Amino acid sequence: MTYTFDSKVPAGALADKWDNYKQDAKLVNPNNKRKFKIIVVGTGLAGASAAATLAELGYQVDAFTFHDSPRRAHSIAAQGGINAAKNYQGDGDSVNRLFTDTIKGGDFRSREANVHRLAQVSVDIIDQMVAQGVPFAREYGGLLDNRSFGGAQVSRTFYARGQTGQQLLIGAYQQMARQVGLGGVRLFNRTELIDTVVVDGRCAGIVVRDLLTGEIQSHAAHAVVLATGGYGNVFFLSTNAMNCNVTAAWRAHRRGAMFANPCYTQIHPTCIPQADETQSKLTLMSESLRNDGRVWVPQSPSDNRPADQIPESERDYFLERLYPSYGNLAPRDISSRAAKRLVDKGQGIGPLKNGVNLDFAAAIERLGLDVVKERYGNLFEMYERIAGEDPYKTPMRIYPATHYTMGGLWVDYELMTNIPGLYAAGEANFSDHGANRLGASALMQGLADGYFVLPSTISSGLAPLLGKTMPSIDHPAFKEAEQLAKDRYSGYLNTKGKRSPDWFHRELGKIIWNQCGMERTKEGLQQALSDLPALYNEFQTDLRVTGTGETTNQTLEKAGRVDDFFQLGMAMCQDALTREESCGAHFRSEYQTPEGEAQRDDEKFCHVAAFEWTGDPMNPKRNVEELVFETAHLATRSYK
Amino acid sequence: MSHLKNLTLKVWRQSGPKDAGRFETHEVAEISDEASFLELLDVLNEQLINENKEAVVFDHDCREGICGTCSLMINGVAHGPQRATTTCQLHMRSFKSNDTIVVEPWRAAAFPIIKDLMVDRSPFDRIIESGGYITAVTGGAPDGNLIAVPKPVSDAAMDSAQCIGCGACVAACPNGAASLFTGAKIAHLNRLPQGQPERYQRTEAMVEKMDEYFGSCTNHGECSAACPKEISVDVIALMNKDYRASKFKSRKEISRD
Repeated sequence: MTYTFDSKVPAGALADKWDNYKQDAKLVNPNNKRKFKIIVVGTGLAGASAAATLAELGYQVDAFTFHDSPRRAHSIAAQGGINAAKNYQGDGDSVNRLFTDTIKGGDFRSREANVHRLAQVSVDIIDQMVAQGVPFAREYGGLLDNRSFGGAQVSRTFYARGQTGQQLLIGAYQQMARQVGLGGVRLFNRTELIDTVVVDGRCAGIVVRDLLTGEIQSHAAHAVVLATGGYGNVFFLSTNAMNCNVTAAWRAHRRGAMFANPCYTQIHPTCIPQADETQSKLTLMSESLRNDGRVWVPQSPSDNRPADQIPESERDYFLERLYPSYGNLAPRDISSRAAKRLVDKGQGIGPLKNGVNLDFAAAIERLGLDVVKERYGNLFEMYERIAGEDPYKTPMRIYPATHYTMGGLWVDYELMTNIPGLYAAGEANFSDHGANRLGASALMQGLADGYFVLPSTISSGLAPLLGKTMPSIDHPAFKEAEQLAKDRYSGYLNTKGKRSPDWFHRELGKIIWNQCGMERTKEGLQQALSDLPALYNEFQTDLRVTGTGETTNQTLEKAGRVDDFFQLGMAMCQDALTREESCGAHFRSEYQTPEGEAQRDDEKFCHVAAFEWTGDPMNPKRNVEELVFETAHLATRSYK
Repeated sequence: MSHLKNLTLKVWRQSGPKDAGRFETHEVAEISDEASFLELLDVLNEQLINENKEAVVFDHDCREGICGTCSLMINGVAHGPQRATTTCQLHMRSFKSNDTIVVEPWRAAAFPIIKDLMVDRSPFDRIIESGGYITAVTGGAPDGNLIAVPKPVSDAAMDSAQCIGCGACVAACPNGAASLFTGAKIAHLNRLPQGQPERYQRTEAMVEKMDEYFGSCTNHGECSAACPKEISVDVIALMNKDYRASKFKSRKEISRD
């Protein structure tokens, strides 16, 4: 039987939908709000802002993070900025233009109504963050400054030096901290979600593990919000933080929540390439560098001379050659694939021949050293600290890396999953970016969900529960989930094999990167789907976790996360194999235009693929939510 | 790329808050100079797991110098020998073959050891909860451009808002004081026009919460030298000035009654 999705998109013209929704939404009386308990898991932009706002409204909020402090969440690492349709620059921006850019950027694979709402509330986010004291960049006159970003022809990006994510996260964290101080939010740090509990089809709470004592505990609530981020670490090497994982979303998926579009993963073109086998993560260098840097490789694969000794005539400025109109500013996915093809042909540079040059010599000659220093000084310093080379003298070495995941838990217009009472916000849901996210839109979505969307939609689910008794943590479903969690962790400890969780994670990452990375093929994906179960079987029989489960044990934590990454990896490859088209970041070699651009198949694939857990990670059930475009016109994405 | 050989690591091991703890010596035969210091610990942990021993516990996350999770006293210096650099951004090219490297957790009474190199920094959260915010309930904010903020003021606020909350300032301080951390937040918020209504109340609450957990500041300046974001000791002066003012202000307010 096919599952029928109710996306709960309200009636009316696109621009009126959000107002219509708010007018008709069921509310909870202020005196009754304190009778409802809401659990928020994850304290990044989406989680912290949701926890703070829900507590301000009067709900009892319990916030959970596996970090030592909510301020560590990986939203903090976003560099570039946050989009908002303020039109402060008077350059023709509007809510509608931000909506259109986002829909087009996502290659027509997102839900119109959600994206339009995002563009609408973007305006409020900036006001909110300024009022909280976020030190956004300003002009000399004291007004807010903007810059432009990829995929847009207006300047709508607000920023705080190269640390916009940090400043916004600290802002949201402070609002939540205020509520912790006032008693509106109870904070559980160093506590990881292990399972969600569903009773009579409704989410009744969560099971967590105390990372200091290993103790398994249950928490019951009227609603649970998962704001637990993306799953880019399935690749092992990515720009994600070391502890980012899919466990919360995946455990909810195993309890019945649909996982939508897992194969939509975004690659960022300008990261510092892997330096050696011990490398644990990749660092992103802001995309703004491509404004003045020229990307090239030597024409001959055997050319091992230092960059400055290779004459112009023996260099291949491949982006300028392949995409003359956009040149070094070609979109993320296109630049990434071009670099990969040359490195695969052996034309890569650096000791491991795994990068391409990003050369500033021409810019320094044209603009002078001082101007280049002023524009990019802090990035050059950061590069030198990591790579040990001076980019003023030698070209930067860059290579694409996994950066963001557009897929995630399926949610309706209210950000509720298909399990009543269970919500997903921020990168953890699939809703707004379609098959590709535009720069400076992740921060916008996280804060939109947490500050403005969830606090307005969650009451509709809570109002009917007033006066009803909810299952307590003594309910057999909680006890069963606790037992499963205990068995799971003792299982990892008792496997007593030979390989560490990190070893398996690295091997898993190689399969996913090679076959389900920047460029995918039918053969490659089939290969991955035969390699993954074999490696997973090895994981289940040859895993070694030392130490015990009763004190802090990071090896044990890692084992649980790698286990879930394996199962997710299988779903990703299934999704990529079934989606026989290219769209946004999902690029199947078989489906491309003669110019090498993604070729969509709107006849067959203008839909969301939402996977249902069947008990066998190799055989998930694929359900479909058709996407209807009433306002935006389905068109071939072109940036020429 | 070259390799360092024969490194000796003296690592602090402590099974829990009540354990006395001790140094354990391990050899790492070879590592690339491109590896970060935390990747050295990854290699050591792989080695330990291969030998069926428990891995060394240490806090870390983003590994790009912004989340503030990583810590470590390396050869007695908070975040190691490189100035303005977190441990995760310190690379092995700062060391040489045959070096002996001593690795300890943050040393501070307010940051008790949880296990091995991991400490509890939650007193920082308590300070923020006591007043390190601007009260701005979601929904009621005026337009972002309503209040112009002079660029130098905004830039100065940003300089102190860069604090990553790692705790190096406390670990480096001979008194275990948290004045740089608290001062940085006070300087960020007290400088902005949006922060004025709660300025003195905030300063008083945060300073007094800080004094519950941390030692007293005697202007050594070690904090600023250890700070990976190079936050200036000036923020401490600003905090003290506002704290003194807050005491006078509340006396005035009391005398009015």
